[in-house]
Amino acid sequence: MEVASTKGTGAALVDWGTLIAALGGLVLGMFVAAQAVDSAMAVHAIVFSLFALAAVAFLSRKAFSSSPGVPAGYYADNVVKAATIATVFWGVVGFLMGDLIAWQLAFPALNLNLPWTNFGRLRPVHTSAVIFAFGGNALLATSMYVVQRTSKARLWGRWLPWFVFWGYQLFLLMAASGYVMGVTQSREYAEPEWYVDIWLTIVWVAYLLVFVGTLMRRQEPHIYVANWFYLAFIVTVAMLHIVNNLAVPVSFLGTKSYSAFSGVQDAMTQWWYGHNAVGFFLTAGFLGIMYYFVPKRAERPVYSYKLSIVHFWTLIFLYIWAGPHHLHYTALPDWAQTLGMTFSIMLWMPSWGGMINGLMTLSGAWDKLRTDPVIRFLIVSVAFYGMSTFEGPLMAVRAVNSLSHYTDWTIGHVHSGALGWVGMVSFGAIYCLVPWLWKRQGLYSQRLVEWHFWTATIGILLYITAMWVSGIMQGLMWRATDANGVLQYSFVESVEAMHPYYIIRAIGGLLYLSGGLIMAYNVWRTIRGDESVDLADQPRIAAAPELRGPLAVPAE
Amino acid sequence: MRLSHAPFEKYSLVLLLGILFVVAIGGLVEIAPLFYLKSTIEKVDGMRPYSPLELSGRDIYIREGCYLCHSQMIRTLKDEVERYGHYSLAAESMYDHPFQWGSKRTGPDLARVGGKYSDDWHVAHMTDPRAVVPESIMPGYPFLGRRKLDYGDIAERMKTLREVGVPYSDDMIKNAKVDLVAQSNPDSEGAAAVAQRYPKAQVRKFDGRAGEPTELDAVIAYLQMLGTLVDFAKYDASGPNLR
Repeated sequence: MEVASTKGTGAALVDWGTLIAALGGLVLGMFVAAQAVDSAMAVHAIVFSLFALAAVAFLSRKAFSSSPGVPAGYYADNVVKAATIATVFWGVVGFLMGDLIAWQLAFPALNLNLPWTNFGRLRPVHTSAVIFAFGGNALLATSMYVVQRTSKARLWGRWLPWFVFWGYQLFLLMAASGYVMGVTQSREYAEPEWYVDIWLTIVWVAYLLVFVGTLMRRQEPHIYVANWFYLAFIVTVAMLHIVNNLAVPVSFLGTKSYSAFSGVQDAMTQWWYGHNAVGFFLTAGFLGIMYYFVPKRAERPVYSYKLSIVHFWTLIFLYIWAGPHHLHYTALPDWAQTLGMTFSIMLWMPSWGGMINGLMTLSGAWDKLRTDPVIRFLIVSVAFYGMSTFEGPLMAVRAVNSLSHYTDWTIGHVHSGALGWVGMVSFGAIYCLVPWLWKRQGLYSQRLVEWHFWTATIGILLYITAMWVSGIMQGLMWRATDANGVLQYSFVESVEAMHPYYIIRAIGGLLYLSGGLIMAYNVWRTIRGDESVDLADQPRIAAAPELRGPLAVPAE
Repeated sequence: MRLSHAPFEKYSLVLLLGILFVVAIGGLVEIAPLFYLKSTIEKVDGMRPYSPLELSGRDIYIREGCYLCHSQMIRTLKDEVERYGHYSLAAESMYDHPFQWGSKRTGPDLARVGGKYSDDWHVAHMTDPRAVVPESIMPGYPFLGRRKLDYGDIAERMKTLREVGVPYSDDMIKNAKVDLVAQSNPDSEGAAAVAQRYPKAQVRKFDGRAGEPTELDAVIAYLQMLGTLVDFAKYDASGPNLR
């Protein structure tokens, strides 16, 4: 690749254009900060202005300088590094918030009687931190890494990848601080208010441009399967986000808005979004991770190309229909409930198609499960994916749902997917990426990966078994009647019965959080360049490509 | 003709458009008909927009994230109807922007909590839940009773709701602030007009104290009206309301 010694006119124009846009953002932010009708809007406008100011300061140096400004090198990896660090940081924050609110449910005094520390405000901080901050940064990091390697092309857009990264962090900051201040739309997993939603839309379009722009300049004839999943995730999340967040603000200088739809239509729209936040954010995107990192780490080709085509199209087609299973026996018309249930059951097949393709990629290399804890993370995550995508269709059956809905069973189900699948596949990818990106011989310590694996696994098992027991017990207590057909338990008796399970769950969460901290320590030591304590035990694939030497040639 | 996947793998825009087409179908089929099929929402008597004080209470309910632990949707199941009352109708949330059906019952359903407990009970419960229900795990909200209700933009809020389809009249919007204060001041001049503009509106000192309305007044006014608008003694599910 040629690296210009001085900046071309195109690059100069881009620098000036970006600088003007950042100045525009600064002016807008300061205007809103001065005129805001509520304090939360003023705080957010100031935060926005500070981000814009930082961008102006950075870009004005670049615009007036004649040097290329963009670091040389074939791949744009600094932004991938930043997103990798952000993934680890937000992961720890998200797990911490989750465990905190888990303890609040066991010991309500921990709510402290204050507005900004009560469960209702902190729960969205937890869900957004794990889904959008931890999961979202994992997807940013891996998608930008994978699309460059599998396309043999540098990321498209001069500053755009950095805009996506920092713009996304700004979105996360405004979302989380908003919840604490009581700014919420009350739409689960879509709580941020209208102006934060508009900002995310801008960032997301930029992300789509970066991704598709990179695909279009690829040097490979075919688009690799991981990129189909990443693209489906980006495109579909854009569609879901825009439709579900249609709302009218009370004032353009205030935080409050009212949703465009009401009642039953609003509920259907929200759960069409909500279930596909799972389907596309937490599934399609992470299948993209699986399709790159499992074959790469195992040094084996993907098990079946045909299976990947069939399960890709059926998965994205069927997932979209599954939303109504969140609304069984409600005021949603029966025809919609039946469609939701039917498609949820059908969804089992493409889900397992993905699981089989991931697991069977290890054919002939199963021994690596024993020797490489990173492979173990990746493969056990796929096993959890298979388990929770079996449980999901089961719970979508109306008769089962009549028991499970509104109970902790749902919480347990979500966490077997989130902690088991999303968390573990991300940990596997992070442990691969860090030495590869920072050009190290391997991780600082493979033993610590082992420790992380086992604390996380035991934590998950405690969590989901506690929630199975408490959830099914709740469901049974609520419907239990005595010999005369009278309800047997008051509601609060069911609350009381949950106490021991809430403690077990919180201990499980604590273990999972400890695993996250172990990872953060290990990643930090690896990035710092400390000498690895057990390099001899690590597979050669753990090293950065430049340091690896020729890899083993597959037997066939 | 032999079907080939190659175009989707060779042209990123073909792949993008293919994905968009495939993922658009489910939503179109499941959501769009709900807006024009008349059978979706029953025709019932009694539904009206929230009074200004109730609306303020609802906005606080949303702000504090109450929906995360309390559903407002009684399912068509025997035990739920016995525990909470008549199953929820679609019509009962037709003015709810956004809906508050919830997804989890860490606490009980609130769709018909209105009138189940006294105002005094609610005051004590919101201030310290475990003072009245020792086993409760609900957070305490003692700050609600200490905070004056900020209702400066109540008319703008109602106008915004009218834009998205809630039938607030000009009269309701003009009198928004007066009605809001009057609903928690039964002795005031405007008290009678509130009940006239908003049938079945309850006019009381909800937090038990005179003076400017507090956030607690608003939340209790909202809780006390939940599920009280439709008269189920007169509602006939098999009648003309049948969906």
